[in-house]
Amino acid sequence: MRYLPLTQTDRTDMLERIGAETIDDLFVDVPAVAQLDGPIHDLPMHAGEMAVERHMKRLADRNLAAGDAPFFLGAGAYRHHVPASVDTVIQRGEFLTAYTPYQPEIAQGTLQMLFEFQTQVARLYGCAVANASLYDGSTACWEAVAMASRVTRRKRAVLSGALHPHYAQVVQTMAQFTGSTIASAQPAIAPDPDYDGLIARIDDETACVVVQYPDILGRISDISRLADAAHEKGALLIAVNTEPVALGALQSPGEMGADIVVGEGQALGVGLQFGGPYLGLFAVRDPKHVRQMPGRLCGETTDAEGKRGFVLTLSTREQHIRREKATSNICTNSGLCALAFTTHMTLLGEKGLRELAAENHRLACLAADRLAKIPGVRILNDAYFNEFTVMLDGHNAREIVRALADRGVLGGVSLGRLYPGVEALEQALLVAVTETSTPDDIETLATQLQSLLTETE
Amino acid sequence: MPRYFTEEHEWIDVEGDSATVGITDFAQEQLGDIVFVELPQVGSQVAKGKDAAVVESVKAASDVYAPITGEVTEINGALEDDPALVNSSPEDEGWFFRVTVADKDELEGLMNETAYKDFAQSA
Repeated sequence: MRYLPLTQTDRTDMLERIGAETIDDLFVDVPAVAQLDGPIHDLPMHAGEMAVERHMKRLADRNLAAGDAPFFLGAGAYRHHVPASVDTVIQRGEFLTAYTPYQPEIAQGTLQMLFEFQTQVARLYGCAVANASLYDGSTACWEAVAMASRVTRRKRAVLSGALHPHYAQVVQTMAQFTGSTIASAQPAIAPDPDYDGLIARIDDETACVVVQYPDILGRISDISRLADAAHEKGALLIAVNTEPVALGALQSPGEMGADIVVGEGQALGVGLQFGGPYLGLFAVRDPKHVRQMPGRLCGETTDAEGKRGFVLTLSTREQHIRREKATSNICTNSGLCALAFTTHMTLLGEKGLRELAAENHRLACLAADRLAKIPGVRILNDAYFNEFTVMLDGHNAREIVRALADRGVLGGVSLGRLYPGVEALEQALLVAVTETSTPDDIETLATQLQSLLTETE
Repeated sequence: MPRYFTEEHEWIDVEGDSATVGITDFAQEQLGDIVFVELPQVGSQVAKGKDAAVVESVKAASDVYAPITGEVTEINGALEDDPALVNSSPEDEGWFFRVTVADKDELEGLMNETAYKDFAQSA
């Protein structure tokens, strides 16, 4: 867009043309009481630029940033190395500044990227079709619940207690406006997820069962029996994944019978970014469900000359055509984050992803074994990938996390933070270990934790 | 067997206490290539003037309204695999659904073929 400077004469000419004397005349409709007639009350005068810089720097120095300390935080957002080439690719002007670049005549690059993204997500999830992404994992989770209602024509969703509480809250919030009934729960502290309990909550009115894999406590279990139990009652199984790197090592949810697989794609290529923007992944196992999917879909086709090309497809499901009957009120995607994800995935390749997953798990095992040697510390999980639950018997994990931060270690996410006020979960600490954690970092965490626990006994 | 037409471009054939519903040749021509038809569930209730089905073409998605109140007894499963039947045979093989006729008085005010042709031409 061109920059058009204005002179005072330009302004006077324009005001004259519309019959106004001053700019203030344009605001006569605003009641006098709502108009500002001087400086804002109680607002101090502005500071000089250098003073502001010094002030902001002092504030910033109070942060303990992810890269500045041994870092073991996860619980839905994971710190992974993002290759520099990812940033280089996504900063190309064609990708970075284009808004809704979906006309096939001029946007083959973007459309091909989205098609490849969908292919990668579908393969990762063990599904037939993935969409071009949604806003983030939690909204993708809600979209899956809403889709299950459309498919089954039922309104009750059963959420596993070990589903990320923020995801459960997003589902609850949206359900207020659709009349869906959400049966949620809290995780029980146990080495394995309670699938018998979950299955017992499925009834003939149930549209879907939502289970996280690996779950909020980092536990991994075969979800195929949940799929069978849901299908027996005519319900769908929705699997939620918050750490896509795990699927470089684990069997995919689609292969185990999940009907809709959704999740957060942030771990690959996107970075932590203060919590957003993130990347919602959404896929269905059975192609017959494609019409009920939310979001944008890119398809492969041939042009008039028989050459391979890419276009958006099945757009009649979407809001700009189908209005209030659309499959979702979201008509867009996280295009740039999807590009980052796809660039990172492409650089890794299947072999690279498997190696990355193996390295994550190796370091997580190292950390779990080391932490388990501390008196009063035990590892809850029977199985985990790169995140596990540490029980600090007799200690409040939230306070320990704070004390560790004071000692320069970002030691994990306490369950008390995720479930405020729930006493049964107060002693549990989630520890995530990725390829960015070194054996030295792990040793620092263990040493500091041990010394803290001894001191506070 | 009398055939009636609505201002929303549906046709309805009434036979005893059962009626068959579809969209008119004029409607399919306006919509263009039909790519998907969403039909009501067998056993569900439809109400006169309320939406009962959705028809999607390459350019738009449109509601199909029930010309009469009743219970859906049968749907045209062939449209699931071959929605283009609505283009090739809109007023025969491309029918949408069958309903029970609860109240024959509801047919009053619908158009016959001649009246509908005039209506469509002036549209």
